[in-house]
Amino acid sequence: MSGSMKLTLKVWRQKDARSKGQFVNYEAKNISPDMSFLEMFDVVNEDLIKKGEEPIAFDHDCREGICGACSMYVNGRPHGPKSGITTCQLHMRSFKDGDTIVVEPWRAKPFPVLKDLVVDRSAFDRIIQAGGYVSVNTGGVPDANAIPIPKKDADAAFDAATCIGCGACVAACKNASAMLFVSAKVAQLAFLPQGQVERKERVEKMVDQMNEEGFGSCTNTGACSVECPKLISQDNIALLNREYIKAKLTSDNV
Amino acid sequence: MNLDSKIPEGPIGEKWTKHKFNLKLVNPANKRKYDVIVVGSGLAGASAAATLAELGYNVKCFCFQDSPRRAHSIAAQGGINAAKNYQNDGDSVYRLFYDTIKGGDYRAREGNVHRLAEVSVNIIDQCVAQGVPFAREYGGLLDNRSFGGAQVSRTFYARGQTGQQLLLGAYSALSRQIELGKVKMYPRTEMLDLVMIDGHARGIVTRDLVSGEITTHSGHAVLLCTGGYGNVFYLSTNAQGSNATAIWRAHKKGALFGNPCFTQIHPTCIPVTGDHQSKLTLMSESLRNDGRVWVPKNKGDKRNPQDIPDEDRDYFLERKYPSFGNLVPRDVASRNAKEQCDAGKGVGASGLAVFLDFADAIKRLGEDQVRAKYGNLFDMYEQITGENPYKTPMRIYPAVHYTMGGLWVDYNLMTTIPGLYALGEANFSDHGANRLGASALMQGLADGYFVIPYTLGDYLAGLGTKPVDKNHPAFKEAENKVKENIKKLLSINGTKTVTEYHRELGKIMWEFCGMARNEQGLIKAKGMIKALREDFWKNVKVLGENESFNQSLEKAGRVADFLELGELMVDDALNRKESCGGHFREEYQTEENEAKRDDDNFAYVAAWEYKAEGQHTLHKEPLKFENVKLTQRSYK
Amino acid sequence: MSWFTKAFSGSIGKKIIMALSGLFLVVFLIEHLIGNLLLLSDDKGIYNGYAKFMGDNILISILEYVLFGGFIIHIAYGIYITIQNNNARPIGYKVTNASENSSFTSRYMWLTGLTIFAFLILHLKDFFLTHKVSVFEPQAATLYDEAVWAFSDPLWVGIYIAAMIILALHLSHGFASSFQTLGARHPKYTPFIKAFGYGFAFVVPGLFALIPVYMYMHHELKMF
Repeated sequence: MSGSMKLTLKVWRQKDARSKGQFVNYEAKNISPDMSFLEMFDVVNEDLIKKGEEPIAFDHDCREGICGACSMYVNGRPHGPKSGITTCQLHMRSFKDGDTIVVEPWRAKPFPVLKDLVVDRSAFDRIIQAGGYVSVNTGGVPDANAIPIPKKDADAAFDAATCIGCGACVAACKNASAMLFVSAKVAQLAFLPQGQVERKERVEKMVDQMNEEGFGSCTNTGACSVECPKLISQDNIALLNREYIKAKLTSDNV
Repeated sequence: MNLDSKIPEGPIGEKWTKHKFNLKLVNPANKRKYDVIVVGSGLAGASAAATLAELGYNVKCFCFQDSPRRAHSIAAQGGINAAKNYQNDGDSVYRLFYDTIKGGDYRAREGNVHRLAEVSVNIIDQCVAQGVPFAREYGGLLDNRSFGGAQVSRTFYARGQTGQQLLLGAYSALSRQIELGKVKMYPRTEMLDLVMIDGHARGIVTRDLVSGEITTHSGHAVLLCTGGYGNVFYLSTNAQGSNATAIWRAHKKGALFGNPCFTQIHPTCIPVTGDHQSKLTLMSESLRNDGRVWVPKNKGDKRNPQDIPDEDRDYFLERKYPSFGNLVPRDVASRNAKEQCDAGKGVGASGLAVFLDFADAIKRLGEDQVRAKYGNLFDMYEQITGENPYKTPMRIYPAVHYTMGGLWVDYNLMTTIPGLYALGEANFSDHGANRLGASALMQGLADGYFVIPYTLGDYLAGLGTKPVDKNHPAFKEAENKVKENIKKLLSINGTKTVTEYHRELGKIMWEFCGMARNEQGLIKAKGMIKALREDFWKNVKVLGENESFNQSLEKAGRVADFLELGELMVDDALNRKESCGGHFREEYQTEENEAKRDDDNFAYVAAWEYKAEGQHTLHKEPLKFENVKLTQRSYK
Repeated sequence: MSWFTKAFSGSIGKKIIMALSGLFLVVFLIEHLIGNLLLLSDDKGIYNGYAKFMGDNILISILEYVLFGGFIIHIAYGIYITIQNNNARPIGYKVTNASENSSFTSRYMWLTGLTIFAFLILHLKDFFLTHKVSVFEPQAATLYDEAVWAFSDPLWVGIYIAAMIILALHLSHGFASSFQTLGARHPKYTPFIKAFGYGFAFVVPGLFALIPVYMYMHHELKMF
């Protein structure tokens, strides 16, 4: 192989959701600084398979920072030491030869570990299902240019919509709060005219579902935004709070 | 076998309208009596599942990812075409149709492509209604850009994340139907076989990727929306999990495979750094709107790119194609980059790259405007390479990106197995031998939102409303076969890992069935793949058990299928003794080294029927061009 | 549950209660500080007069209960939310590097809060309860004398200073945070709110801490 870095990994291993897990140490040899963090794991896993040991399970798919599957808590931070990226975009040149790296799964009650570093994030899907959409059927919609949208609003909606649903916000938050995730979706649709019709109902339903899943409360530490691979702003959380208060005061739901 | 494409008669502009009228309808009250299985939750799958559920069908949707929102459509960057003509620059449905046919090097069906262009306008309306935040101008109307060689600005985009935004739109529509109970979603579930009863698709066998449980699901129709098979090449811009298992196993059950050798190589990817490379990252080709592609004029010029003066640079695309310049179609740009590298003018440590230079654009527009346009792509490049593209030119190299081939489908998107449909990249239908930029998203959504909801009803209406007999022995039979196959994989316990086989297959495919192909190489590749496949089944090492979360096992099954599909791609490439689009046979080129089509002998869809492992029969569906005059593409 | 109770039992609702009660206590702090600054005057009648007014006025007595309510709500909800938040992560991380993404003060509001709570008990025992009792014993020392007496002990002065530092830390996050929770965030005003919050967190506890120091120095000097 191509590299000469050597690292020690302390990785959380857990057979399945019911088993207890523990940290296991691995040597990662022949690591190139050009490898991504996940490619480094590939190398370690190939070695493990050759030795007849089960490889380390971890979620990953697109490996270009957009699908939101990868989810490693690296040296005490979601997606590792760099900001604005996912684990798959983290490269080994961000580490020094001889480093010890601790890798853990996301930790939150609504994100149970399925195996090793793989967690179940379906709670996020359920929150979207509760109301993270505009209720339009296919067909019969007006022309796309029928409603002009100020560029500023379209841009703000887009910024919120860049969320990849990876869960780093929850992982980073000391309260395991999902407010950044929920606020991003609420904000996207609150900025757009298409989202107005169900605006109040949406925020009420999504927040209710968020509570039901068992996420913690937001205490405004700001860790979520700092660790978000898409750097989604705290502005959205304030907006969510605002939307929630308004909805509670004026919606028809008694 | 008679391949009936079911293209309606009549003038091109009326075919779809007329066809829609002639399709049978399912009574609204009866729709809930039909179960529809949708495999895959990308643009095609999510849009189809949501729309069919809205109509009233019971939908079961499956994806291997942990959430439908992660399907690989999400990674598409550049945009989505639509013949809206919002820019008043001469676009029309007919022009989009014409461009797509021409771009596909005249190997796509006119009828399908015209329909695609027709419904493209509805897609944009639909997405905007869902709250997809497309880029807008200051006046509040939608912005467009010219993309991938198009002479009009018809591409709608959401910064560099158009695929993500469109997928999240479709995902939100899907989520709504899940909440309403009309779609039952099965994430982390992989389809491993198709269940057929009396020659019709009636269900699937799946494996729960967490528990390993093998289950069967029944339905009146099965829709495969599982994307392309670019991962046959090991290194591609596809996601790690993107696979051909669903379509390949359906193919082995009788669905014909159309034009398997048509793969698209994307010119603007970040070059390979070493053997550890697990995937290639594409940068939107919108970069070519402002970036200039060049290599040093002199072989082995190792100076820093900034130190090479203009007279020592060869802007080879601008030189060879003065009217299109850096915006020539993907295959032309890719092949030219390869040519330069083969001539020893490649740059970077590996010599397998060319420069994409923004110095002039920064001079012209200022760094801020370049940042506003391409900021996220530049950041991505810097993240991966550690180089700052504002200061030093990017290095790019082509990579496998999209597969135009796929399951053969008729005008209704039905495969040769009644009740089995293929949508999006999983089918072969609309892009011919080469796909235009920003047309993949368009096709996925067209199929899911606006084609299948009409055409599926026609089939279902003819079935009657009787539920599928879940106790039919075909289910148990298919399930047992899947279990056997898994047992076999786990029992080999050889010495080589699945990844090693996959990497080897990829090297063979890239070398002999990649950007340029020739008979000798293809014959050699066929033998190599066959030997590799035989070795795989003797010597692969898959650890663990079925009844657990076992990523090696998942991968083993997928690679086993790639090892068979790869050989079919080679067969198809061997058979097609012409060059067209993404398929470049070195023996068939013009004096100017351009692709030379042979319309007399090869204006057909090659649809392959599975006979036995490594054995296929070729069926030909002749392509009729009634509207477009076949010309040699020229981008001079 | 009615919409009202439901609104305040959810995660955002509870935080709104924290924010509102916190801001209420901030207002109280200002009032309390103004009163305390009277201690800086050598004419002890001024402060005792103020103390008497506060003790006798019916409206103030009612407000006192409101204030208690505010404290109890803020503390109880704070503890409740903290416990709930901890439950949201039953298995913690082996390594956390939270200093890279958030401030110490924002992460340890529960600790600074509980410390202030402990101090509050001491403080009430010292000044409030004895004073309440003293109302029935006219001979007892005035509140001013009590303050002089209490702050003649350097240990007490130290405790007060330490408590005010903790309060400053609590406020430095809490002030701006309550606005965020109430959704008051705007590119024009948020920088001001944040700056004001920091200023408030520095000035108000600073002045509070100044009083014991001043009294310790002043009265010690006078004894000589």
